Amino acid sequence: MAHPPRSDADLIAEFGPHLAYEPPGGWHGPSAGPPPALVKTHCCFCGQQCGIQLKVRDNKVIGFEPWEEFPFNRGMLCPKGVRRYLQDNHRDRLTAPLVREASGFRPTTWDDALARTVRGLQEIQAAHGKDAVAVLGGASLTSEKSYLVGKLARVALGTRHVDYNGRLCMVSAGVPYKHTFGVDRSPNPWSDIPKAQVLFIIGANIAECAPITTDYVWRCKDAGGTLIVADPRATPITRKADLFLPVRPGTDLAMLLAMLHVVVRDGLENRAFLEAHTTGWAEVAAEAAAWDPVRAARICGVPPEAIERTAHLIAKAERAILLHARGLEHHSKGVENCQAAINLMLTCGHIGREGAGVMMVTGQGNGQGGREHGQKCDQLPGQRSISDPAARAHVAKIWGIAPEELPGAGLTALEIVEAIHRGEIRGLLLLCFNPMVSLPDGAYVREALDKLAHFTVIDFFLSETAHHADVVLPGSLQEEEEGVVCSAEGRVIHIQRAVTPPDGARADTDILCELGRRLGGERHAAKFAFASPREVFDELRRASAGGVADYGGITYERIDREFGLFWPCPTEDHPGTPRLFEGGRTYHADGKAHLEATPWREGGDPLDAEFPIHLTTGRVVSQYLSGTQTRRIGPLVDQAPEPRLELHPTLADAHGIADGDWVEVTTRRGAQTFRALVVRTIRPDTVFVPYHWPGARSANRLTHRTMDPRSKIPEFKSSACRLAKGAPPPGTRRQLPIAGAS
Amino acid sequence: MIAYQFVIDPSRCIGCRSCENACAECDTHRGVPMIHVDFVDRARGIETVPTICMHCTDPTCAEVCPADAIKQTEDGVVMSSLKPRCIACSNCVLACPFGVPKMVVRAEQMMKCDMCFDRTSEGLRPMCATVCPSQALSYRPVGEVERERRDTPINEFVFGQQVVTTKVFLMVPEGTERVAIDVADHVWEDRP
Repeated sequence: MAHPPRSDADLIAEFGPHLAYEPPGGWHGPSAGPPPALVKTHCCFCGQQCGIQLKVRDNKVIGFEPWEEFPFNRGMLCPKGVRRYLQDNHRDRLTAPLVREASGFRPTTWDDALARTVRGLQEIQAAHGKDAVAVLGGASLTSEKSYLVGKLARVALGTRHVDYNGRLCMVSAGVPYKHTFGVDRSPNPWSDIPKAQVLFIIGANIAECAPITTDYVWRCKDAGGTLIVADPRATPITRKADLFLPVRPGTDLAMLLAMLHVVVRDGLENRAFLEAHTTGWAEVAAEAAAWDPVRAARICGVPPEAIERTAHLIAKAERAILLHARGLEHHSKGVENCQAAINLMLTCGHIGREGAGVMMVTGQGNGQGGREHGQKCDQLPGQRSISDPAARAHVAKIWGIAPEELPGAGLTALEIVEAIHRGEIRGLLLLCFNPMVSLPDGAYVREALDKLAHFTVIDFFLSETAHHADVVLPGSLQEEEEGVVCSAEGRVIHIQRAVTPPDGARADTDILCELGRRLGGERHAAKFAFASPREVFDELRRASAGGVADYGGITYERIDREFGLFWPCPTEDHPGTPRLFEGGRTYHADGKAHLEATPWREGGDPLDAEFPIHLTTGRVVSQYLSGTQTRRIGPLVDQAPEPRLELHPTLADAHGIADGDWVEVTTRRGAQTFRALVVRTIRPDTVFVPYHWPGARSANRLTHRTMDPRSKIPEFKSSACRLAKGAPPPGTRRQLPIAGAS
Repeated sequence: MIAYQFVIDPSRCIGCRSCENACAECDTHRGVPMIHVDFVDRARGIETVPTICMHCTDPTCAEVCPADAIKQTEDGVVMSSLKPRCIACSNCVLACPFGVPKMVVRAEQMMKCDMCFDRTSEGLRPMCATVCPSQALSYRPVGEVERERRDTPINEFVFGQQVVTTKVFLMVPEGTERVAIDVADHVWEDRP
């Protein structure tokens, strides 16, 4: 039973999060000495993967310097990028494998820890079958690591259950992009954004979750572009918006259907494009016929006139771009939401041209690359389908196994947790994932982890999830190993090794390969005999070759010379593909975009008299995902020390809540207490809580487990809740309100 | 040589505080930011404004300094007070029309943005303007900024009787020539 061996408070006292504020040696110590080496690499936080130079001296990262030549961000960085180096040389860093005993975690040798993991997983498989063990990876891992996670699960463990935390990110976009275009990637490079005449940002808090993209948006405005923003909150990007659509959580689909309705009603569709380049449009148009803007407005809370105006602006523009992110995707109809966005833009012919397209804004560090090469439960390297016999044969040959030995599609991340709850999956190997913070219905996740017969975690810090582990293997930070990642715009870039892991920790690929050799036994050990990430990448290139995400022509050297390469890039003389679908040609055999109608459905946690308010969640600019790294960086924590519950003054007044008061938020899962931030920048029927924190500060103890039936993304963005003025949690220190409204 | 200027455009600011964080990383005042970002009124909106030193041509802070502790570099950068001279009287803090200098009690001196003179003197851009994700803070030839953006860069400000010209430019709505801040400047009087 993998419940934590000691109280949360004891574990936090020993393993953190503690706050790092200064480079090694302090501000005036040796780090202020002679010039350090500058290593050109990329930020580890978020899907934009900004170029950055790390200052390195004596095998320590001691600071940063902007990298102005890198074309994507040209030196720009958000506060996470500026302070990221403070995760290095951190006192919380794990430097010995740990095993769980009644009294706590005890350091042990690598040999002992690895042997325990192997024994733990193999005993379960011997008794309950291969699929009684699952592997969960993460989308902040390099593509080499992601590739190894998939190969380890499918070859060395022989389980079909391997998935990753990208399941909480882009999958609702991936499904309709694959369906429509035959490929799961943002079709346009970011350099297209300033070229759009109309820019429609829907469900994307650009300023806080993709801060560098702000510059692209403002340059679009500089060039005379019209900016439309749809969000339940007025996020910072709305300060220059020409039109703000305060959409009710969970109702984007109604709004998008009505926009399509207006386009069709007014005969503004691009007939020539639709006839030459699409299938299924008649059904899409028929579906929209029932969605006049007034009907939609009653559901989505956006004025009918604003819906009409948006539709006209998009349809009449020669070049329009729609950007979407989790606000559109984190719904039990996330796939339909994204499909409706695609339908709208393609109806107006906005695809495959400079400044025209529909683009997803990937959120996780390697959110794009992490899903392309084999840790996604239904995909093989190169974005190949695991159910495609030709794909299976290709990959099985490279892996040196028979195609029949290759497991089929497994369960997705949250389904794996549910299968653990049911007792079907008993063993878990997890890395780069902190479900205790990031999965919905936190109490349920905790119960599941406590049921595991064996649980090994690979991580550099002891995450809240690792508290539940039997074995913890200290892995490596991004800057401690070479590899590639693929940024949000489809650009494959090169992560440099700036330093080696500290004594006692090991590089992730070393750990994965050693586990592969030990778990794979005599038959498979040689399949994990990689001496370096470069060797893994060479095999990944071959495995991806001929697939949709073809990396065949990408080399570390070319990436360095050419500031990254956009896939597909099949051969070493291929220039890469910054913009997909030029000339309207998709990746389907018929070359057409396959549109699909998107019937309206209600969400999985509807409002009622008891729970009459929408709860939605998201990020703040200074924190990243589950906060395993950023909650350990002092200046980033100071910027947002705790989650604040945003609510409108009319809602606050109705509950007698003032700015800075404690508020108890109750959903069908339970109750949590947060401090109020009373602001006019949110819908009066909606509250918002950022999700980066664990335990008593966790927003995800309130969210629900309803998934999109196809993408299996949980519905983080819309839960039903009620509010009551609450008492401060025990031990709370007094703090001044952030807003000036108290 | 193309002259680079510091240009502030508050309407671009997204409040991310990357500038503050980067400022604290500067080698001349390690760990302490010299600039700040404020919400205009968080209860009512999300608008934020970054404040850096405007580096006046004739700096008021220096004029009112009884200890002659505030100096300009040859290229017009107004520096923090000279530690040996500064008597921590806060005259500069009170007199600055832009509200920039801060008395740092622990350091017993006035400290403020020095436009990263250690970087700019070596041809590097200031830390804040380099990292700023929205380019609300930018360090580029001002003509280039004017061509690309719709607003107008100005560097002349009127505070009642006082006209202040600054090294740093501020983007203002198209057609504005100079910014008059005092209400008195907007009052119509029928002078003889």
